[in-house]
This record gives sequence, structure tokens and C-alpha cells, in this order.
Amino acid sequence: MAYLELDRVAKQFGTQTVVDDFSLSVGKGEFISFLGPSGCGKTTTLQMIAGFLDPTRGAIRLEGKDLTAVHPAKRGLGIVFQSYALFPHMTAAENVAFGLEMRNVPRNERAERVRAALAMVGLAGYEDRHPRRMSGGQQQRVALARALVIKPSVLLLDEPLSNLDAKLREEMQIELRQIQRTIGTTTILVTHDQNEAMSLSDRIVVMSQGKIEQIGTPQETYEKPASAFVSQFLGKTNDFAGTIDRTVSPTQLVAGSWRAPAPAGLGGPVTVSVRPERIGFGDAGLSAKIITRIFQGNHWLFQCDSECGPAIVIRQNDGQAQPAEGDAVRLSWRPEDMSVRTRAGA
Amino acid sequence: MSAMAEERSARAPWALTAPALMLFVGVLLIPLAMTVMLSFHDWGQYKGIEPVFILKNWHEIATDPYYAEMFWRTFRIAILTTLLTAVLGAPEAYILNRMSGRWKSFFLLVILGPLLISVVARTLGWALLFGGNNGLVNKLLMSLGAIRSPIPFMFTETGMVVALAHVMMPFMVLSVWAALQRLDPQIENAAMSLGAGPATIIRRIIMPQIMPGVLSGAIIVFSLSASAFATPAIIGGRRLKVAATLAYDEFLNTLNWPLGAAVATLLLAALVLIVVGSNALIERRYAEVFR
Ligand SMILES: Nc1ncnc2c1ncn2[C@@H]1O[C@H](COP(=O)(O)OP(=O)(O)OP(=O)(O)O)[C@@H](O)[C@H]1O
Ligand SMILES: [Mg+2]
Repeated sequence: MAYLELDRVAKQFGTQTVVDDFSLSVGKGEFISFLGPSGCGKTTTLQMIAGFLDPTRGAIRLEGKDLTAVHPAKRGLGIVFQSYALFPHMTAAENVAFGLEMRNVPRNERAERVRAALAMVGLAGYEDRHPRRMSGGQQQRVALARALVIKPSVLLLDEPLSNLDAKLREEMQIELRQIQRTIGTTTILVTHDQNEAMSLSDRIVVMSQGKIEQIGTPQETYEKPASAFVSQFLGKTNDFAGTIDRTVSPTQLVAGSWRAPAPAGLGGPVTVSVRPERIGFGDAGLSAKIITRIFQGNHWLFQCDSECGPAIVIRQNDGQAQPAEGDAVRLSWRPEDMSVRTRAGA
Repeated sequence: MSAMAEERSARAPWALTAPALMLFVGVLLIPLAMTVMLSFHDWGQYKGIEPVFILKNWHEIATDPYYAEMFWRTFRIAILTTLLTAVLGAPEAYILNRMSGRWKSFFLLVILGPLLISVVARTLGWALLFGGNNGLVNKLLMSLGAIRSPIPFMFTETGMVVALAHVMMPFMVLSVWAALQRLDPQIENAAMSLGAGPATIIRRIIMPQIMPGVLSGAIIVFSLSASAFATPAIIGGRRLKVAATLAYDEFLNTLNWPLGAAVATLLLAALVLIVVGSNALIERRYAEVFR
């Protein structure tokens, strides 16, 4: 059964619809990411769950009970804000203790739980530091400890890692995932970083302009994108214009000089999406010329000019000889490595 | 860098600040030093000012209880004014900060309004409203039977405090406002998500963070109130003198410049001590918030 459920939730500011028809079931202990470009309504959705905004339409339920009827202070959710929103006049320990104080946890137990929470995020010994005297990563950990110490039913994270530098962000991602695994808190993470969403979550909700584009596991959304938007947004992809040829039997999918048996249920002009790492150089297939060849250590990146437009190809550096710049090549891929959609506007 | 270039660049700051420095010395330090000197001169009804070095004026201030009372009144009024602006101004700034765009700018203008009007005009306004039997408010309340005799306002300390607080309010509101701008916009949501109610949020989260703003506003209001002249002169008149009005009278009515200079010097010294002292205390106490 769904633990947290959003049922056709919508939010309007004036006449502008910012979130529309948002339905999602989150299982207990699941790690969900809201992924989408800036301004697509991720924060708005999160704030509706948190209770800082009221949905214009739709229902939000936690364990079957209507959450929108509960005051934000009583929802018992843990929230980490993008700016951390730590209390600057309190020490790290006082920050973490605040939620427990509000719950009238006795002093001894409080001290013990604060100590444990700070130790869990790797900040043992920093109890008496004030937030302004801590680094970005440390502040982020205090914010996480402050949200987790109250044993929240759901943990909401609004781009918690976006203020950190690349290396620290990677470290914190691993740590965040480990902590979440250990304590098993149902978690929703808002991010516009596709790598972060993929490496952390059980399922990703890809959003665009207030609407859900796709809900799926990281692998599903990457390999079977439901829309052009999803395939573009999740990593690099090649989109080739093709057609379904019904004049031959069995019907064939044709993109330039690449052909394969057509997938069922499609006809006319289509878009063929293939990830760059799934394309190989072969004897038959799309004919192309290599424009640039970039060596990137563990792989090669080729930018090609194909008969269906520009294409990128990534090849593992497995020690074998690779084509050089200016070489004429044939691009091919296995039919199961592509996704085919009806081409709109053609 | 060569030694010469280094020398030149070391001299540059001095050269650049020289004009301002000269102005500072010319219009502030020299008159100030002369005032201090003046306070040690002698004065007599018929002989005028005698440039000698005596402690007569200081002795008079130290021994005549009239001066002690007057200084005590000056600081009492300044303290009460400061308290009044803090108690009214801090919530005012907080409410203002929560208003939405258009109302915010309108009420900000209302609050800053007093700064645009001359102190004299503003204070005379109070006199028109509350001045004895003819004051507008007094007349209205008496004709309604709400009060039997006019509310005493003119020539009272209460009147001075109220009028001064009105004049000083913008300084307090702006100072608290500046502190509020530094708050994280999500800080109240953060506290709320942890289970804090509105009263707790204000007491535990907002107040401690805007306290430096309240205190620096308090320092401004206190020093301006203690040395205020126009408002006490109009509301207090001849009867209720404060340090500034007394110094003025000594200078221009009695023509006892040395005594006036001594009063002014003492006021200045006391203010500098109080302001510098409390500023240091505040900065130490709120080091974490100021950072
Ligand atoms: N209070 C508000 N009033 C009017 N419009 C708003 C308000 N808050 C957000 N919006 C609009 O709603 C849209 C979605 O905002 P939201 O903050 O949810 O985006 P986001 O996905 O979190 O983006 P980002 O990644 O930049 O944080 C934006 O176009 C924004 O302009
Ligand atoms: Mg956002």
C-alpha cells in the first residue's frame, strides 16, 4: 500500500498553473527524486507536502490520512532546505535539539539523541560550533541531522547538495544514500542534477513545466524514456529522424541507410533515440563521418556528421584501435537499445 | 616593486584622504577642542569671558544638584524614548517585512514620512493636538466627556518621550528592518517544520536574530534623543530643561559661554562613553549573529 500518496495535486498562483495533475504513490522506505529543469514546480510540490503551500486541487495522504488538514508544525516531516535555514544564533547541537525540545523530549534523552544524530552525519565533536563557523558541507550535515533527529515520517530534501562543490557533493551523495538505507526513512529529494537523481533514488519523477513526464527506476527512465523531453534531460542522446516503411513485408524501420524490423504499433514518421554509448562502428548502418575525436581517459567521445544529422558516439577505451578524425564510418546499434516515438509535427 | 613605487603607494592613501581629513579637523576637531578649552574659562556678569584656566564651571556642575537633576532627566527621557521605539518599532518592522509588495512600500513610506518633515513642524503638530485646553485632541475628548481636564502633554516628560519616540521611530524601524533582511527566508518554515508554534518562532528564532538590529537602533535613538534639541525645546519649553536646551540657554540667553561649554562637553563625553561601551558589549555578545 502507498505510504505517501499525492492524488491529482495541482497548484495555481493567480492564473498561472505551476503544478498540474501530479499523482504519485511513494512506498514506505522508498527514495524518490523529483527531477526537472529550473522552474518546473519541484519546490512547489515539495512545499505542498511540507504544508507551507496549500494545493489548489487534489489530495495528499500519509498512511491513508489526509495530510492537508494537518498544520505544518504537526506533520512531523523532516525538511532540509536548499539554503539549509539553520538557526545562526544556536550551536550545532542546539539546532539539532530544537525539534526535540518542541516535542518535550526529556533533557537526558535529548542530549543523547543529539549526540547520536551528529555522530551519524560525521560531526561528532562539532556540537558547540555555530553554523556561520562551519563549512558548507558541515552546515548541510547539521541540517540533515536536525531533520533526521525527530524521526520524521518522510524526509524532504530540496536541492540539499547544490551549494557544494563537485567532490563534496559526490561524497555527500554516497553518505546520504547510506544514511537513508540504514534508517530507512521514506525520502523525497528535489534536484535538477540527473546524475544525483540516478545515483540516489529508487525511482525518479521526471517533471517538466509542472507536469510529470515519467515515473520510473533510474534505469527505466534512462533506457526507456517516455518522451523526447526525458531522453534529452537524462544524459546525452542521439535523436534520428526515421520512418516506418509499410511497403515491404515485414514492415521496416528506416533511418538513412540503417534499417531494422519495425516495432509494433507505430507508423509514419518517427524519432529514433539511441544513447551514444550504445552505438558501435560496423560494416552496415547509418553512414557518417567523424568530425572530432576526444580522448577522455576511460572512453573516447566521437562527434560525427551522419546522414540523419549530428551524432555523438562514446566508445570504451578497451585498447582496440579506434577510427580517426575524418574517417568514414557506419553507425549501428541493436534494436533493443533504441527507443522509437512517433515524430510530432511531421 | 621598487622602493620608490612602494613609498609612493604608501603615501597615496594619505594624499587621497587629505581633503576629507582637513575638513574633519577644521570643522569638527578644532571647534571641539575650543569648546573643551572654553569650559575652563571664567565668566562674570560684567567682565564677560576671561581666558584663564579655572575649574569653576565644572565645580558648579558637580556640586549644584540642579545639574545632576537635569542630566538625570536627559538620560531618563532618552532611555524611555529608546524603550518605546524598541517596543513599538521592532514589531512594526517585523509586520512590515511580512507584508506583500505594494503595501510594504506604502507603509515604509508612512514610517519614513517623519524624516521628510522638519522636526519643528512635527513637534508643533503635537503641540496643536495636545497643547492645553485648545489642543485639538484635548478639546474633542473633553467635549465628548471622555476626560474632564486636558491630558497633560506639553511641558511634561511623557510628552517629550512620546514626541521624541515619534521622531526617532524611523531609525529603529530601519535598523530592525536591515536585520530582518539578513534572515534566511525559509527560517520560519524550518522552525515550523520542527514543531514550533508562531509564538515560539518569534521568541526563539526571530527575536535573537534581530536583537543586534534592535540594539544598534537603540544606540542611534539613545544618542540622538539625549542630544536632541528641537523637540525638548518645544515640548519642554523653559520649565523642563535637558542638557541640550540648557547649553543653548547658557550660550544665547545668559551668555555664560564657559558654563554652556562645560554642559555640552559633559553631555558629549557621557554619550561617547555610553555608545562606545554598549557597542562593544553588543558586538561581543552577538558575535555569532553579526558574522
Ligand atoms: N509564490 C509564488 N507566486 C507566483 N509564482 C510562483 C511562486 N512560487 C513559485 N512560483 C512559480 O512557480 C514556478 C515553479 O517554481 P518552483 O520554485 O516550484 O520551481 P523549481 O522546480 O523548484 O525550480 P528550481 O530548480 O529553480 O528551484 C516558477 O515558474 C515560479 O516562478
Ligand atoms: Mg526549487
